[in-house]
Amino acid sequence: MAEYEQLLNIGMAHYLTVSAILFVLGVFGIFLNKRNMIVILMSIELILLSVVINMVTFSSYLQDLTGQVFAMFILTVAAAEAAIGLAILITFFRNKGSIAVEDIRAMKG
Amino acid sequence: MIEALAFYMFATILIMSALMVITARNPVYAVLFLILAFFNAAGLFILLGAEFIAMILVIVYVGAVAVLFLFVVMMLNIGQSNVKTGLVKYMPVGALVGFTLLGELIWLYTSWDISKYAVHQRLAPILAEDSEISNTHALGEILYTNNVYLFQLSGLILLVAMIGAIVLTLRSRKGVRKQTISEQVSRERSDVIEVKHVGFGKGVQ
Repeated sequence: MAEYEQLLNIGMAHYLTVSAILFVLGVFGIFLNKRNMIVILMSIELILLSVVINMVTFSSYLQDLTGQVFAMFILTVAAAEAAIGLAILITFFRNKGSIAVEDIRAMKG
Repeated sequence: MIEALAFYMFATILIMSALMVITARNPVYAVLFLILAFFNAAGLFILLGAEFIAMILVIVYVGAVAVLFLFVVMMLNIGQSNVKTGLVKYMPVGALVGFTLLGELIWLYTSWDISKYAVHQRLAPILAEDSEISNTHALGEILYTNNVYLFQLSGLILLVAMIGAIVLTLRSRKGVRKQTISEQVSRERSDVIEVKHVGFGKGVQ
């Protein structure tokens, strides 16, 4: 019965666990995708989303608004990162005609 | 009860769609599942009482970033990606790293305890729920006062990102005729017309 109660009372640990699973899925996506660089960018978005969930959770449970302000800054940086990443991707596609991760080895010594 | 149900619904759909993002064979499906993940994360934020961040997530992320991804995916015309080759090769290492990280994080988070001194360290305490000031209003009050330099800095970051994206994707195509008004206006008679004196029986030389 006690475990049932713990399942129904949503606390900080529940949100943080969701965020941890999301983070690991993002890291896993970077490992998994060797054919497509766009999915790697999307995995980075997932990682940043998990960080934002973390920030907002702590902000909510500490009753401090600063965490939400910093979540907004993280969203700003994530948007800038997505724009730059996609621009680099388009330039790469124009030069090489593919976005497979295996083809990116121009800097290999 | 309702809150717990909503939490489990949002969390389950969020994690399932995140899983689909990294395993979908077609990149277009991956972007669509990313949009679903953002919507469900916005639902979680509303449960946490952060309405403004939730709306920002829907407007900025779904409306701008995910659509940008969708445009790029459709523009580049990539075929179906074969995940299987990477899956077999990198599965052991990936699973090892992933599950180690997940175990550590969950262990840390479930044993997390907020210190009793943390209450006194708050920079901007959230007011009681029955107060007149909404979440957006309270955020604005500390964003434009305490954090105004960071706010300006994030604007600068966006400007640099915008200029960088434009510079990276700008290219001058060869063989395209373009109208340059200034050249047309500044054309002189001497630039285009030459008077030739043609002698008898010689023609123009």
